[in-house]
Amino acid sequence: MIRHEADTSARSDRWLTPDGLARLVPLFILVVVVAAVMLAASQLGIVQQRRVTFGFISLITVVGLYVFMGNSGVLNFSFVGFMAIGAYVSALLTMRPQVKATFLRDLPDWLAAAQFDPVVGALAGGFAAALVALVVGLPIMRLSGIGAGIATLSVLIIFYIVLGNWTGVTGGQRSLMGLPTYVTIWNAGLAAIGAIVLAFVYQESRSCLALRASREDEVAARAAGVRVVRERLTAFVLGAFICGMAGVFYGHFLGTLRVENFYLDPTFLYITMLVVGGMRSLTGAVLGVIVISTLTELLRLLEIGVRLPGIDAALKAPAGLGDVVLAAMMLGIILFRPQGITGGREITLRGLR
Amino acid sequence: MGSAFIPIMIDAFSVGGLYALTALGIGLIFSVMRLANFAHAEFVTVPAYALFVLSDHPVVVSISAAVLVAVVLALVTERAAFRPLRGIDPATMLIASFAVSMFIQRLLVFAFDSRIKPVNPLAVLDGSVALFGAQVNLLKLTTVITCLVLLIALTVFLKYTRFGLEMRAAAEDFTMSRLLGVRANRVIATAFVLSALLAAVVAVLFSAQTGFVHPRFGLQIVIIAFVATVIGGLGNLLGAAVGGFLVGVVSTLLQALLPPDLRPFREAFVFLLVILVLLFRPQGLFPARGLKERI
Repeated sequence: MIRHEADTSARSDRWLTPDGLARLVPLFILVVVVAAVMLAASQLGIVQQRRVTFGFISLITVVGLYVFMGNSGVLNFSFVGFMAIGAYVSALLTMRPQVKATFLRDLPDWLAAAQFDPVVGALAGGFAAALVALVVGLPIMRLSGIGAGIATLSVLIIFYIVLGNWTGVTGGQRSLMGLPTYVTIWNAGLAAIGAIVLAFVYQESRSCLALRASREDEVAARAAGVRVVRERLTAFVLGAFICGMAGVFYGHFLGTLRVENFYLDPTFLYITMLVVGGMRSLTGAVLGVIVISTLTELLRLLEIGVRLPGIDAALKAPAGLGDVVLAAMMLGIILFRPQGITGGREITLRGLR
Repeated sequence: MGSAFIPIMIDAFSVGGLYALTALGIGLIFSVMRLANFAHAEFVTVPAYALFVLSDHPVVVSISAAVLVAVVLALVTERAAFRPLRGIDPATMLIASFAVSMFIQRLLVFAFDSRIKPVNPLAVLDGSVALFGAQVNLLKLTTVITCLVLLIALTVFLKYTRFGLEMRAAAEDFTMSRLLGVRANRVIATAFVLSALLAAVVAVLFSAQTGFVHPRFGLQIVIIAFVATVIGGLGNLLGAAVGGFLVGVVSTLLQALLPPDLRPFREAFVFLLVILVLLFRPQGLFPARGLKERI
């Protein structure tokens, strides 16, 4: 009993010991990096600011993806679907009633007439995604390996088909236009920091440690008393919440929603980011977004054409090259460094550990 | 009813047959190397583009070129991308094949842009014939017959030839078969070649049915065939064929029988079916032997 009390007292202030503080270093570094990018970009022109804002939204998504896929080691192709749920729920709650009346005929009366505060809409979007994840995840979390991959892919396809054909509520194959565009570099950056903090706190929790144990060896973890399905479900729901919030920001950043924006191409892009950075660490998730976003941006500039200083010639890449390079890079990383750039380690003051 | 019944069944069987061939192509590779090959989509798309490029040439030339292109593509991807990854965990291999698939797809967009291109490789088969008093589309009938012939040919190959025996041994227990003298590289290459042959046939028949090709051409059929292999039981070839056939028939019948409001959602029902099968029979309807993970 005495031992037990000692443990409890140690737990209450375990972050204040030198060891505890050392464990916070990765979080600290990642937050500083994101904040620095946010501050630096806010000094740039509006076009560059929008590119960085878009990067922050990708960051939220990939962190959400990491929370489940990185910690559990179970494939997940459905996360973009949860983005879609967040985006559409928030859109329906915050659009002006007049706009809804023109595009969406089949809404229930209360929803057609309502216009909520953006914050309410955003939270509703995140929680709706989490709720759907709870229902969908309950059965699916029993699967691992390829079964999980196929099942989550099926979930994505179901979402896509339903959203694309439920014309009276989602606008169907046409775009849903007229979302209030309130996303700025500041709120997107803060949301990205929030997502990182949430993912980090979760990753240091008892529940996540158990989940990571099941990632390394499912059978041994079960034998040691880990309730694998429950821990996976926790991560799945939390990840879906973060992805749902990312979807909210995505929608209110662009002001327009298309179902195509929530299907295979973005799925591939975000998985590439996570795999390139390193699927098994939060640092990897953040780094992957930074590397791939920067690369995409450079390739995009190259496709537009870059004037070389000094000589009178423009360097111009043919359109579509960027996508090819991106896919090639993903393939290269899987072949030569399957654990990603970080190798699954977190960043500390002494490099990657 | 009688005269409507036969065309619907031929319709269902022709779709089911194409899915079955595609599912078999995926299943062949999975059974020998535990690779759920997403890039099978491009094994279908690329030969269809070959048909488009050679559409001015005689049918025999364009179809043989399509088959050749598919085989070369399969061997190259095997050598360049999948061989270095042998033995890695199946989930990473799935992501890798996803990357291969996207890479080739984007190369196609890069080379041909993403607009749809008209193809009509089997113009000879336009028109219909009378069968048991019903008018049946000649192309669909050909599809059904081709699928049947290929299924029989594949069975004979697997049962009665040395290569087939090696493949079945490798599917049963890869390490053991190597110890008994089966060459890993050869048996895997054989699986890829067979898979590519099936994919090329699917490309010809499917492009003849749809009349056009685009960079996502193979993906739409492969995604469904993918789930079909899971329903049938990954790693079991009979299961893959039956699963593909079932999914095709079910989705065609849903199209014919669902009330019009729900028709756009029919594939959602098919994928729901997949999730249900996975939940109640995680190993599929016909579980493969030797697939269960041992501790």
